[in-house]
Amino acid sequence: MTEIVASQMPPILHGPSEKERKYDRQLRLWAASGQAALESANILLVNSGAGTVGVETLKNLVLPGIGRFAIYDDRVVDEADLGVNFFLDEDSLGKPRSQCVTELLLELNPEVQGDWYPKEDDATLESLLAASPMFTVIMYTNPVRAEYIHLFESYSRQHKTPLVAIHSAGFYSSFQLHLPGAFPIVDTHPDETATTDLRVLSPWSELGEFARNMAIDIDKLDDHEHGHLPYVVLLIHFIDQWKRSHRNEYPSTYKDKLEFRRLVQTAARTGNPEGGEENFDEAAAAVLKALVPPSLPSGLKEIFDYQPKDPDEESSGFWIIASAVKDFYTENGCLPLPGNLPDMKAKSYVYIQLQNIYKRKAREDVAQVLGRVRAIPAGEHIDPAEVELFCKNAAHVKLINATGGKAEVDTSLAGRLKKVVDQELANDEFAKEAMMPLSLVPIYLALQATAHVASASAQEIIAEVAKVVPDAAQNESIASAAQEVARAEGGELHNVAALTGGMVAQEMIKIITKQYIPIDNTCIFDGINSRCQVLRL
Amino acid sequence: MASAQVYPASEPARWKYLDRIRTRRGPYTTEAYDPSMVAEAMENMMILVIGAGGLGCEILKNLALSGFKNIHVIDMDTIDISNLNRQFLFRQADVGSFKAEVAAKFVEKRVKGVKITPHNCKIQDKDEDFYMKFQLVVCGLDSIEARRWINATLVNMVDEEVEDSYKPLIDGGTEGFKGQARVIFPTITSCIECQLDMHAPRPAVPLCTLASIPRQPEHCIEWAHVIAWDKEKPFPKLDKDDSEHITWLYQKALIRAREFNIPGVTYSLTQGVVKNIIPAIAATNSVIAAACCNEALKIASSCAPSLGYPDNNYMMYSGNDSIYTYTFKHEKKDDCPVCGNLARELVVDPEWTLCELVESFAARPEAQLKKPSIRAESKTLYMQSPASLEEQTRPNLKKTLRELGLAEGEEIGVTDPAFATVSFKFKLKFKQ
Ligand SMILES: [Zn+2]
Repeated sequence: MTEIVASQMPPILHGPSEKERKYDRQLRLWAASGQAALESANILLVNSGAGTVGVETLKNLVLPGIGRFAIYDDRVVDEADLGVNFFLDEDSLGKPRSQCVTELLLELNPEVQGDWYPKEDDATLESLLAASPMFTVIMYTNPVRAEYIHLFESYSRQHKTPLVAIHSAGFYSSFQLHLPGAFPIVDTHPDETATTDLRVLSPWSELGEFARNMAIDIDKLDDHEHGHLPYVVLLIHFIDQWKRSHRNEYPSTYKDKLEFRRLVQTAARTGNPEGGEENFDEAAAAVLKALVPPSLPSGLKEIFDYQPKDPDEESSGFWIIASAVKDFYTENGCLPLPGNLPDMKAKSYVYIQLQNIYKRKAREDVAQVLGRVRAIPAGEHIDPAEVELFCKNAAHVKLINATGGKAEVDTSLAGRLKKVVDQELANDEFAKEAMMPLSLVPIYLALQATAHVASASAQEIIAEVAKVVPDAAQNESIASAAQEVARAEGGELHNVAALTGGMVAQEMIKIITKQYIPIDNTCIFDGINSRCQVLRL
Repeated sequence: MASAQVYPASEPARWKYLDRIRTRRGPYTTEAYDPSMVAEAMENMMILVIGAGGLGCEILKNLALSGFKNIHVIDMDTIDISNLNRQFLFRQADVGSFKAEVAAKFVEKRVKGVKITPHNCKIQDKDEDFYMKFQLVVCGLDSIEARRWINATLVNMVDEEVEDSYKPLIDGGTEGFKGQARVIFPTITSCIECQLDMHAPRPAVPLCTLASIPRQPEHCIEWAHVIAWDKEKPFPKLDKDDSEHITWLYQKALIRAREFNIPGVTYSLTQGVVKNIIPAIAATNSVIAAACCNEALKIASSCAPSLGYPDNNYMMYSGNDSIYTYTFKHEKKDDCPVCGNLARELVVDPEWTLCELVESFAARPEAQLKKPSIRAESKTLYMQSPASLEEQTRPNLKKTLRELGLAEGEEIGVTDPAFATVSFKFKLKFKQ
């Protein structure tokens, strides 16, 4: 164990480096590995229209230290830009917007590099894409030229580059992630309480022996010992006791568990000065969560059932480890043990012993999975640390954009949109009755109607939406959304652009660091009611 | 229907996008909305920003680009290097300067025509006359104590006869990828004190765990912080920003951890535990500050319905797993010690000593009072200050509530130096 080795070394006297101090508040979220991923990322923003939402996104990426960015924007700064974009000033008027914004963004963080385009009138987006070092993610803001979409999509196909389409107008915004295939995340950062896996129903031999030894003469223990039995030990002991009187079956129904909880509670000593025992309280509180037989979480089941679409995907570390974990699960009937033990009332050395039992088992499971990984073709080069991380997080590993495969997406995109829209609008009929919030899909449709035009009237927007929803004009939500989008005439409100830029930056960080869980795949924001909705469109 | 008419106050070309929205009817504007007055009214409005940190920097930028011209900002802090990953108005060379001053200067320079007045001091240094000048208050703070103080102050300032005494309060907060934005109309809608249980304090580790049975690296660090420091006093006063002090605690914690074979004590964890560091990033600040300022624009202009009244007043945001918002109405509480008029029920054991009661206030999610003084209906039970009164009332601490003659249903008043103006009213209910 690395921890034990580290604790035998003399204390490190030097504090954190200058850079660690500057990035301290974010390293606590994504650690050095996430930071390294950010620092090697190269982002392209193709900017247009009122032009603020993409710049606000970049601000939130330059500050945490993205490696480099480029802005492609053929507009010249005018008065209206100064009323909405913070990264321009009086001196910018009449100059290329991409240049001025880039210069002011670069002031935010000397460690970041940035460049702007087009520098000459004839420099096209196409030539930029062909000549630049590979982009990690491409963002573009609406209204975008329709012919650019084709360029982005072919670049994305060729280089497996995620695309982000962003649109902010008046009080509304939306953005959509186009991932180039199935996107797995191992380091999903679930809540700490969700990761506890104690195995008290079927303890492996070392754990079972440890617990039974400690509790063998439980009634003869003095109050101090009795009050310091870790709750894991108590649960294993009382489950044994229960099984003896219940045909060797553990408490499985909700009713059983309540009865079992009473059994634990009544076993606590109350004659002591405290009038109860904290460890028994902890044990009782843990009953409903800890007495759960091993099962396969739906996210992981999806991964086990998924067939990687192309050879590149198939030979990636993730899918090789996933297949090894699947074999492990099939053989053992449970996942590799995560190995963490929550804090609980116990004597220090007892707790540490117990913690080491969990860690040892986790290491054994990792070794077993690693053995299977090595036996798979192309599995011999996989970093054991990657295997360890997968095993630790196995229950929370997540697959985004699971239908994958670009061809499949292309054929079904329009059909999928129609299906989701119909569903959302049908739900609204019930939502109105139940005073529930209504779907935000009308906002998405109204924004999409102006995806390639500077502005449009409410009638024009409704006519465009009618291509997806034939009776759009009769739908009150769609009519209102169309009026609200028309009111903005393609203009941005700074607040809505900044809010959206914050959300997009969070998503970019998740995609680049492969930590936390990105949206799948469209987020719609309603600034009138201050709420979001995420839909898979 | 969107009317074509736009009513700019000044520089129509510059504020083109903003004026299209704030000075024109939309499908959700109410009949009472008068678009012709909006731009000018906003230019004359005085708005106060509390906090010039991660949220504050964003808020100042957002308000300046929302058409507000007269902004004040108050913050007592100076700039630290760990601010630079998100507080985008500050540069390396500004480290050590006052946040309010540097932030105000930066935004004034960038956005022509905006006046921003900095106040490099604590909010508690200002009196009601100061707060009375503003029409709107936007808070971007990381301390719950400061939020409770400004909330109590604004609620107490309300005079039903004087319309100008109602100051809407917009408050934002973040932690990691999560945050919240809320709007409070003092005395009319649920206030920060009504919502206090939404922000329950982390339960403290019992002293006996620290002293005799540590199990976690955090226990070793807290031991170094609470016990070893007091015993050895390596420096006259603990400065949590001094790396030499943190290093001392780190080494002490490490030695203790080795004694008990506890893995995981690091410098970074030591700093995190001792300073109670909350992870923070630019992206989340951007979301929450903009959500707050979006409400400020709507309240100031009525160009769209705002959060706060009559329905939803609270937006929760989470970006950890996909994006999730929950926007809802938090109900005002009749027994809120700040804005309600009923005493709140307090379940106590009559066999508790007064000392136990005093200590229990810090941990109760609905009270969170660290230095409470307590009065019963007919007598003073315990006063934290002045020293003479403390001495006089100290013997009561050892007596049980029953011995002190307190009865079921009796009302007690609790004050705390953090809330000079407020007396929290509680009604005793005895555990059976
Ligand atoms: Zn209240």
